[in-house]
Amino acid sequence: MSEYALEARNITKRFPGGVIANDQVDFSLKKGEIHALLGENGAGKSTLMNVIYGLYSPDEGEIWVDGDKVQIANPNDAIAKGIGMVHQHFMLVPVFSVVENIVLGSEMTKGPALDLSTPREKIRRLSRSYNLEVNPDAIVEDLPVGMQQRVEIIKALYRDARILVLDEPTAVLTPQEADDLFVVMRELTDKGVSIIFITHKLREVLAISDRITVMRRGKVVGTTTPQGKSESDLAAMMVGREVILQVEKGGAHPGKTIVEARNLSVRDERGLLAVNSVSFSIREGEILGVAGVQGNGQTELVEVITGIRHPESGEVWIDGRKVRLEDPRNLCEEGMAHVPEDRHKHGLVLTFNLIENVALNMYYAPPFGKGLNRNEEAMLDATEMIIKQFDVRTSGPWALASNLSGGNQQKVIVGRELSRPIKFLVVNQPTRGLDVGSIEFIYRRIIEERDKGVAVLLVSAELDEILGLADRIVVMYHGRLVAEMPIQEANKEKLGLLMAGSSLEEVEEVVPAD
Amino acid sequence: MATMSTTLMNEGQARTFWQKNRVLITFLSAVAVIIIYNFIRDQRITTAVLSSALRQSTPLVLGAFCGLMCERSGIVNIGIEGTMLLSAFVGFMASAYTGNIWLSVFIGVGAGASMGVLLAYMSVTLKMDQIIGGTVINILAIGLTGYFYQQGITAGSKLRAISIPALSDIPLIGPVFFRNPPITYLTLILIVVLHLVLYYSRWGLRTRAVGEHPRAADTVGISVTWVRYINVIVGSCLAGLAGVYLSLEAVGAFERGMTNGRGFVALAVMLFGKRTPFGAWGAALLFGFASALQTQLQFGGAIDIPHQFIGMLPYLLTILVLAGFVGRTRDPKALGQPYTKE
Repeated sequence: MSEYALEARNITKRFPGGVIANDQVDFSLKKGEIHALLGENGAGKSTLMNVIYGLYSPDEGEIWVDGDKVQIANPNDAIAKGIGMVHQHFMLVPVFSVVENIVLGSEMTKGPALDLSTPREKIRRLSRSYNLEVNPDAIVEDLPVGMQQRVEIIKALYRDARILVLDEPTAVLTPQEADDLFVVMRELTDKGVSIIFITHKLREVLAISDRITVMRRGKVVGTTTPQGKSESDLAAMMVGREVILQVEKGGAHPGKTIVEARNLSVRDERGLLAVNSVSFSIREGEILGVAGVQGNGQTELVEVITGIRHPESGEVWIDGRKVRLEDPRNLCEEGMAHVPEDRHKHGLVLTFNLIENVALNMYYAPPFGKGLNRNEEAMLDATEMIIKQFDVRTSGPWALASNLSGGNQQKVIVGRELSRPIKFLVVNQPTRGLDVGSIEFIYRRIIEERDKGVAVLLVSAELDEILGLADRIVVMYHGRLVAEMPIQEANKEKLGLLMAGSSLEEVEEVVPAD
Repeated sequence: MATMSTTLMNEGQARTFWQKNRVLITFLSAVAVIIIYNFIRDQRITTAVLSSALRQSTPLVLGAFCGLMCERSGIVNIGIEGTMLLSAFVGFMASAYTGNIWLSVFIGVGAGASMGVLLAYMSVTLKMDQIIGGTVINILAIGLTGYFYQQGITAGSKLRAISIPALSDIPLIGPVFFRNPPITYLTLILIVVLHLVLYYSRWGLRTRAVGEHPRAADTVGISVTWVRYINVIVGSCLAGLAGVYLSLEAVGAFERGMTNGRGFVALAVMLFGKRTPFGAWGAALLFGFASALQTQLQFGGAIDIPHQFIGMLPYLLTILVLAGFVGRTRDPKALGQPYTKE
């Protein structure tokens, strides 16, 4: 018997267009270990996992399971070899029950009829032996996210998975739910399951994994153990140079109140109240951080403040003037800037070049607008300025926005928004999917704006980001702001509990203010 | 203590069953009372209207089944009308040339299947806009049947009603349910079959999964393409059966445009029935009843309203249903979206 549960040898995967996503990658998973696979977006982690799970076929290389060379052409082969995958976006049918989701694809039948009672028993047995409590007859969409993830894990175990791939499993969890997951992961490895844990959160890697493999630009940089390693060591391996993880930030000097939102209520597409009578104010030179698990109304809140979505009720005042929320141009002219959550949908026109994208929100006004014409020269100058100042890596101002990497696209947006005089900056998930280098840069610019006296609203699902940047923090839960505290009183545990729906009084009992 | 809590629990369950279905139960009771009242007043007309309602509902049920099979797997099929029309024509022509009625039914259904293959190819393989795909089928059917239609051709025979011994002698129920031609019987059986397939079989589970979350189905090794193809083709066979019903069972002849919008009404029926087989049947009976009533009022001459207005009844109902209920049904999540592997 081999010491390894899984080995990928010399995997090369090229995509049409000449991109080499995996370049002679070697990866080995020992039996019963938690092996973290670490790397920036686009480093090739997901490609490697998709090769192992049979979603991609590699151009070169071999996969060995339990010491035998195997061919994995599709997910069925992978499942048959005992490989299970928990995808970042859950592969669960929301309207189905837990048991229906778990049996899907490997159903048992009694004659022509579907047999759900035998699987139901097997699921009960599995939940008992792995300590994964779940009700087989619950409807998946009624379950909290942590529980849905549990269903995904049981789904893999139900198919007798001995090798479990967890793709960014903590991205959707509160810190407490993540801790629960780590307990489950240990339980699984104690019972002989081997786990590949994909992530870009360095702290978690050090906390849970037995070995760590770091990938950069399609290649394996190295494999190491967490002993004696720090977060910055790993970050340096990921990026290939030293990076500063801590944001350097002086104290805030808040002035007068610039932004005031009163009783904002918003309905989502389903007509449910996504934001429920939210009020807040931000002062000059202050960053207000909105913490919360994704899907608690943050997106809708930002959309309504920035004029993308119509409010049910409520008003927003910027610098003593009531703004017309249904009119984004008015908001823009009142001095609001917006770095949106989804840069492809709301930030850029991907099929436009950089010049057109830079002029997008001010094309009609001088210096970009000139009578009925546009002042092409002014637009070009502004674009070149942004490229230089914001260190945008591109072939030039005429490059299409779609040809830039995520980090550079984000720099263009930030550059456009910060190149005009503003009073109020709204940033939503500013560093999602960016590499460590770009993150550092964006953080620095946000703090610079604050120091210039701009009121900043920062919405982020990353607690580290909120704790690193904000001066004051509010927690959003089920469409309401449930707690507010200055940064000095905030810590991860406290915010985690608040994000999961506890009240501030309850939290103060559990986590004493330090 | 133990017995008491069990009783309480049972009561609790009984209450939820009543609460869940009280609207339906009340409605069905009211319908039953009205039918019995009318039956006592006038046996002949009540029986005639009800058995006509059942027969008029047959093509609508079959068309709605086509729609629900396609939509449950994520494909919008607005080509039901065209599929019905083409099958009605092909079935009739086959009957006229071969004289073998059962062979003709089979050929007509086959024509439906070929339309299914076409729609599946356009919407699954080519990932075309599904509304355009359905429109192609509707236009194609009108064009083909119009071009090849020859006046003066008569079919050999039509499918005759079969009386089921003993059962057909029951008053009211007998003539309505047990003195029908074969496709009408088959439809009644199909309601139960489709219900069982959709909710209690492996195929049904996979179909619904593909309509809701095709990627989830793909990652557990289910072929989204295969599931969609089969559902669209089998569904189109049912629409074909509806067409054959019109030309070989109901009328015994073919006329230009004889489906007369029934394929679209079937879509309304499907939505009104919330994409469930029994729901669709109930909705189809309502529409069938509207048609039957319309005929009865026209020929009975009891009310002095121009027949054009009475003739609107089924279509008026369609508009009301579409305006009032469509927004409230929950569509399968992946409806109308072609699936692309990553």
